[in-house]
Amino acid sequence: MKTAVIVFPGSNCDQDMYYAIKDGLGEEVDYVWHAETSLDGYDAVMIPGGFSYGDYLRSGAIARFAGIMPAVVKAAQEGKPVLGVCNGFQILLESGLLPGAMLKNKNLKFICETVNLQVKNNQTQFSSQYDQNEIIRIPIAHGEGNYYCDDATLQELEDQNRIVFTYSGENPNGSRADIAGIINETGNVLGMMPHPERAADALLGSEDGLRLFQSILKHWRESTHAAYTS
Amino acid sequence: MPLTHLEPTPEQIEQEKVYRTMGLTEEEYQKVIDLLGRKPNYTETGLFAVMWSEHCSYKTSKPVLKYFPTTGEHVLQGPGEGAGIVDIGDRQAVVFKIESHNHPSAIEPYQGAATGVGGIIRDVFSMGARPVALLDSLRFGELESSRVRYIFEEVVSGIAGYGNCIGIPTVGGELQFDPCYNGNPLVNAMCIGIMSHDDIQVGQARGIGNTVMYVGASTGRDGINGATFASEELSEKSDEKRSAVQVGDPFMEKLLVEACLELTKHEALVGIQDMGAAGLVSSASEMAAKAGVGIHMNLDLIPQRETEMTPYEMMLSESQERMLIVIKKGSEEEIKQIFARWGLHAVAVGEVIEEEVLRLEHKGKIVANVPSDSLASAPVRHMPSKVPASYTANQNTPAWKPQVVDYAATIKKLLGQPTLASKEWVTRQYDYMVQTNTVVAPGSDAAVVRVRGTKKGLAMTTDCNAKYLALDPNVGGKIAVAEAARNIVCSGGRPLAITDCLNFGSPENPEVFWEIDESVKGMAKACEYLNTPVISGNVSLYNETDRGAIDPTPVVGMVGLVEDLDHVMTAPFKNEGDAVYVIGEAKPEFGGSALQIMTDGEASGKAPALDLDLEKSRQEKVLGAIKAGYVASAHDVSEGGLAAALAESVFGTAFGCDLRFATDPDVELFSETQSRYLITVPEAAKNDFEALIDDAVLVGSVTRSENLNLAFASSTITLNRNELENEWRGALSCIMSAKN
Repeated sequence: MKTAVIVFPGSNCDQDMYYAIKDGLGEEVDYVWHAETSLDGYDAVMIPGGFSYGDYLRSGAIARFAGIMPAVVKAAQEGKPVLGVCNGFQILLESGLLPGAMLKNKNLKFICETVNLQVKNNQTQFSSQYDQNEIIRIPIAHGEGNYYCDDATLQELEDQNRIVFTYSGENPNGSRADIAGIINETGNVLGMMPHPERAADALLGSEDGLRLFQSILKHWRESTHAAYTS
Repeated sequence: MPLTHLEPTPEQIEQEKVYRTMGLTEEEYQKVIDLLGRKPNYTETGLFAVMWSEHCSYKTSKPVLKYFPTTGEHVLQGPGEGAGIVDIGDRQAVVFKIESHNHPSAIEPYQGAATGVGGIIRDVFSMGARPVALLDSLRFGELESSRVRYIFEEVVSGIAGYGNCIGIPTVGGELQFDPCYNGNPLVNAMCIGIMSHDDIQVGQARGIGNTVMYVGASTGRDGINGATFASEELSEKSDEKRSAVQVGDPFMEKLLVEACLELTKHEALVGIQDMGAAGLVSSASEMAAKAGVGIHMNLDLIPQRETEMTPYEMMLSESQERMLIVIKKGSEEEIKQIFARWGLHAVAVGEVIEEEVLRLEHKGKIVANVPSDSLASAPVRHMPSKVPASYTANQNTPAWKPQVVDYAATIKKLLGQPTLASKEWVTRQYDYMVQTNTVVAPGSDAAVVRVRGTKKGLAMTTDCNAKYLALDPNVGGKIAVAEAARNIVCSGGRPLAITDCLNFGSPENPEVFWEIDESVKGMAKACEYLNTPVISGNVSLYNETDRGAIDPTPVVGMVGLVEDLDHVMTAPFKNEGDAVYVIGEAKPEFGGSALQIMTDGEASGKAPALDLDLEKSRQEKVLGAIKAGYVASAHDVSEGGLAAALAESVFGTAFGCDLRFATDPDVELFSETQSRYLITVPEAAKNDFEALIDDAVLVGSVTRSENLNLAFASSTITLNRNELENEWRGALSCIMSAKN
C-alpha cells in the first residue's frame, strides 16, 4: 500500500503520520506537497494535523483551496481511503467531504491529553481491527475540536451508522453527541479529531491507534486481492 | 516622507541629553563620541543605546559570567552564538538555550510569552538544528490577585498558542507563585534542538563581497526599543511601553524553520542569525564583528510593513520571525527559490565589506557609519557589592521548628499550594506530544524526548528554588544546578550541560549585585563538580517594581543524555511489593522549605546545606542503579520534602505504601535536606541495589492500597491517596475557574 501524506504550509503532524505508516505499519509512504495536483499512484491519502495556513480565517478554510485538494476529492470519489486527522478533519469539513463544522472547545482552551474513545462502528475500513464498542486510548490535541452539526445531519449520521468514534466518559471539547470521528456516506473518508498516529508506538504509551492503520491496510489488501481475482 | 527631519541633530542630542532618554549614561555617550571621533546622529545614538543595553551587552553581568565553566569534552559550541551545542555521539549534537521575556509579559502577557517562545526557537534553528522540545519556567505573583490570574492565564495561552501552532512539543518546565513576582512575572523559555555535526552554522559574515539577505517577515514598528525596555525597572508608566512589545506569528515562524533548515543544507550559506533583541542592528553588527568585517546595508530594500519608517525605526524594530543571512555572492536566486517554496521573501539588502563598519544607506544618504565591533563592546560596568542585612540576619536566626499537629491535614494543605500542586491545568494546554518523540510527558522529574532513529533520548528540565537563593544565593545557586542534575539522573539520563537564565533585580543596587555575584559563584561551583558546563544563557536584570526586587531567580535549564531508552525512569511506583528506599538522612533543615513558606508566608533562617562531593557520588550511584536495571521508580526529594515525594509517587497509580521510620516525623517528612532520593526496587534486585548504594535505607514496601501508612516511633500517620490526589490535582484549576 502506498500512502500520501499531504503537506500544507503549517502542517505539523505530517512527520508523525509519515512515521506511523513507515515504522508503525511498515508500508510505503511519501510526503505530497500542497501545490501538487495529482495523487495518482497512491492507494491511501492522509491529511495530517497542524495549523495549515496558520488556521487564519478559520481552521482548514484556506487549505481547502490548495492545489492538491481537487486530487483529494478525486481520490475520495474513486473510493480510496482518505483520512483526515485533527486539522485534516477540519479541512475535510471545509471542503465538504464530510458534514458539519468545528467550534472552539467548550472551555475555550487548547486541550492536549490522551482520552478514551469508544469504537461505535467497527464495520468500516478504518476500524475493522477494533472490537465493536471497544474503549481505546488515543491522544487529542486541539483548540477547535467541538464538532457541531444540525439535527438533520446528526440524525443522518446516526441512521447511517457513520459515527465511528465517540468520546467515552468525559466529553473533553463539547462535541455534539460526543462525536470524535465520522465517515462519509460511502465509508472511505474518515475525519477524526484524536490522533491515531500518536498512538502507534508502545514507547510513547499507546498502540491503540496503530490498529486504525492496520484496518486500512487490511481493507486495501482484501480489495486489491478481490480486484485481481474478480 | 519618513519623519527623519524631525529627529534631533547631533548637537541637540548632546545639549538636550537625548541619549539619556534612550538609555545611555553620560560616560557611555562620551565613549561613543570617542569611538566615532564625532557626535553620533540620532540613528547612531539609537544603535549604541540599544546595543549597549544590559539586555544586549551584558555589560554589568560580564564580570560575573566569567565564573562559569564553559568548556568540556563534549561542548562543540559554548556561549556567544545563538545557542550552545553539545555532542551526543554518532555525529549528532544537541543544541539548547533559555531566554527570558519577563518585561514584555508583564505588560502584554499573551504576546510577551508567545514571542519569547518564538525568539528562543529561532536561536536554536539558526544553529542548523531542528527544534524538538520546549520548556517553560514560569513565575507569577499570588493568585489571589485578579491581575496575576490574568497574567498567568494569558502567558500560558501565549506559550500554547505559539508552541502548539509551530509544532514543537512543550514537554516541561516549572511553575511557581510568590508575592515577590507580583507585577513582575518571570517567563523563561527554553528550546532544545537536534542536529548533525555537519550542519553546524554560525552567525558570521565572512567573505568580502558576499551578499547579506533579509528573510522572513517584514519590518514594522513593533518592539522598537524592546531591549532597552528590558533593561530598566517596571513602573506605573510601563504600560505606556506596550509598543515595545512585539507581536508573534507562529505560522510565519513554522515556514521560516522549514525554509532555514533547507537553507542550512545549501553550500552557499555562509552565516545565519536571528534578528532577536535589537533586531537588525544586533544581527548585522554581531555577524560583522565576529568575522572581523563590515556590512553595508541599503535600508530602502528592507521589507517594510508600514510606510515612512525611519532608519532608526527599521534598525531598532523587534518585529518577529526575521533572520539575517550571509550567502556566497551569485547564489541569490537559488536562495530566493528555497524561501519562495515556503511563501517567504528573501531579499538582498547589503554586502560584506572589508572596512570594519556597519554602514547604513537610506534614500541615497549614509545615515549611520559606526565601527562594527564598537556596538558589540559596551564598556563593562563593575558594580559595587554589599552583603544585604537580611542575609546576615538569616544566617543568625535560630533554626526554625515545625509545629505540626495533624500530619494528614498538613500534607494535604501542602499539596494544594499552587507551587506544589499539579500543573495539569497548564500542561493540558500545551501540545506536549507533537513530533511523536515524547517518551516522558510533563509531570515527572524531567521530560524525556527520543532521538528518532537511535536508542537514545534526551532528558530535560528547568530548576530554581528562589526561596533558598533569597536566604543564601551561593548555596541556592549550587542547589539549583544540583537539583536539575538530580532530576535528569532520576529520569535515567547523564547530565550533559546547562543553559541559564539569570533573573534578578537592579544590579545598581549593591545588595542585588551581591546576590548576582554569589548566585553565579555557587552555580559555577556546582557546574564544575557535576561536569555540566554552561553552554548558553541569558541575563534578565531590573526585575523590580516599585515594591522592590524579585528574589534572586537564576533558572537552570539542563539537558542530559539517556544512552538507551531502556534506562528511562519515572517517579510513580510500579509494582506491589517493591521495596521502598530512602537515600540520604534528613536533617532539621527548614529554611525556605515549602512547609515554612506555607506556615509563615515567608522564608527565614539558613537554606539547606549542600555537600557537592556527596551530591556527585550519589548521582553517580543512583544513575548506575537505574542503568543496571535495579530500579522500578526514582524521585528526588525536593520542595515539600519526603511527604511531597511520597505523594507524587503514588498519584495516578493504584498503589500505597507501608513504611516504618526510626526518625522524627517532622524532620523525615518535611525537611528539605539536599541530595535525597525516594527509590523503589523489585524484590529480586534488592541485594544488588544495596550493594551498589550502601547508604540506602530500606523503609518498607509498595502496597496495592489507597493508604500510605507511615509508622514512626511515637505515632503512625495514615494518608489517603485519593484525598491527597484530589486536593493536588484540583487546586490550580479550582483557583482559576472559581475566580475568573
